[in-house]
Amino acid sequence: MEEVKLIEVKEDILSDNKIQADELRSRLKSEKIFLVNLMSSPGAGKTTLLLKTLEEIGDRLKAGVMEADIDSKVDAEKLAARGYTAIQLRTGGFCHLDSNMVARGLEAMDVPDLDMVVIENVGNLVCPAEFDTGSALNVMILSVPEGDDKPLKYPLMFTVSNVMIIHKTDYLALSDFDVKLARERARSLNPDIKIFEISSKTGEGIKEWTEWLIQEASNHNQ
Amino acid sequence: MHELPVTERILDVILSHVKRNQVRKVVRVNLRVGELSDLEDEWIQHYFSYLAKDTEAAEAQLVIERVPVVISCNHCSHQFQVDIKSLKEIQCPECGEKKGSIVSGKEYYIKDMEVM
Ligand SMILES: Nc1nc2c(ncn2[C@@H]2O[C@H](COP(=O)(O)OP(=O)(O)O)[C@@H](O)[C@H]2O)c(=O)[nH]1
Ligand SMILES: [Mg+2]
Ligand SMILES: [Zn+2]
Repeated sequence: MEEVKLIEVKEDILSDNKIQADELRSRLKSEKIFLVNLMSSPGAGKTTLLLKTLEEIGDRLKAGVMEADIDSKVDAEKLAARGYTAIQLRTGGFCHLDSNMVARGLEAMDVPDLDMVVIENVGNLVCPAEFDTGSALNVMILSVPEGDDKPLKYPLMFTVSNVMIIHKTDYLALSDFDVKLARERARSLNPDIKIFEISSKTGEGIKEWTEWLIQEASNHNQ
Repeated sequence: MHELPVTERILDVILSHVKRNQVRKVVRVNLRVGELSDLEDEWIQHYFSYLAKDTEAAEAQLVIERVPVVISCNHCSHQFQVDIKSLKEIQCPECGEKKGSIVSGKEYYIKDMEVM
């Protein structure tokens, strides 16, 4: 009988992507481009919030959008129609973006004087949490209809995010979503997470979030 | 479906070692995956068998050891294991603090492989 040998591998599967993501992050730092990665379940309101945010920012930042959401052809068009630099990434049914795809997307955008690029990641809470995009800021949206127990079901997403947005707060009156509990649950996994409460429908919270974002962009791009 | 990209990377790493070591057949692959991962062991194996079809790793069995989530308390630095799937709040058993940082539980690591 043939002998079985043991080969030591000792390799981290995601390390290639992590290394590329770190490279991209430091390159964008020196090029003064603030890369923001927006993640959520489908329908939590990524596109809607993005439009509201860009509107509120106005000409205070020169922003571009990288669209990877599945039915996002529409979304990139919506953005372009309003005069924003937007590019559609073809993810080919992929469930996340990695830093390589983002780097290629940035090249294709070819707008060197952008201050900020926002990635609308593919709509799910699993894979985008595993793959570092090279972003300087990770933002996850938790919408009220999804329930306050999401941080318990998708813990990794909450640990990799710098910001949690409790979105669609106009639904709060109609639901048993417990904002205090959602905050505590997210903070127990990630004590430093910054939390905003926003309704893109009523505009509640948009201003506070946008001012904070502009400040973060300017700190990054110094 | 979320298992596919990670599985592709596992196969890439394995095949690079297959080449380097002139392996004829991969029998088993021993992996360590963090408890925080939402990927299902069973699906990782399904995708792997599918992707590896025409390679030396076609019949390889993936053995996945789950690495528990360990948190270090922000207040007293005590390290403790948490059962993330129990949906309970995280709290330090020593001092009651509810904030901590993750020490382990996020990994995707290939330990070794048994080959012929
Ligand atoms: N009530 C309410 N609905 C919202 C809000 N934000 C977005 N929506 C709706 O939620 C649906 C999904 O939004 P969309 O931005 O496409 O989500 P995405 O899939 O994450 O990009 C749309 O019908 C939006 O009009 C909000 O703050 N309140
Ligand atoms: Mg969208
Ligand atoms: Zn403690």
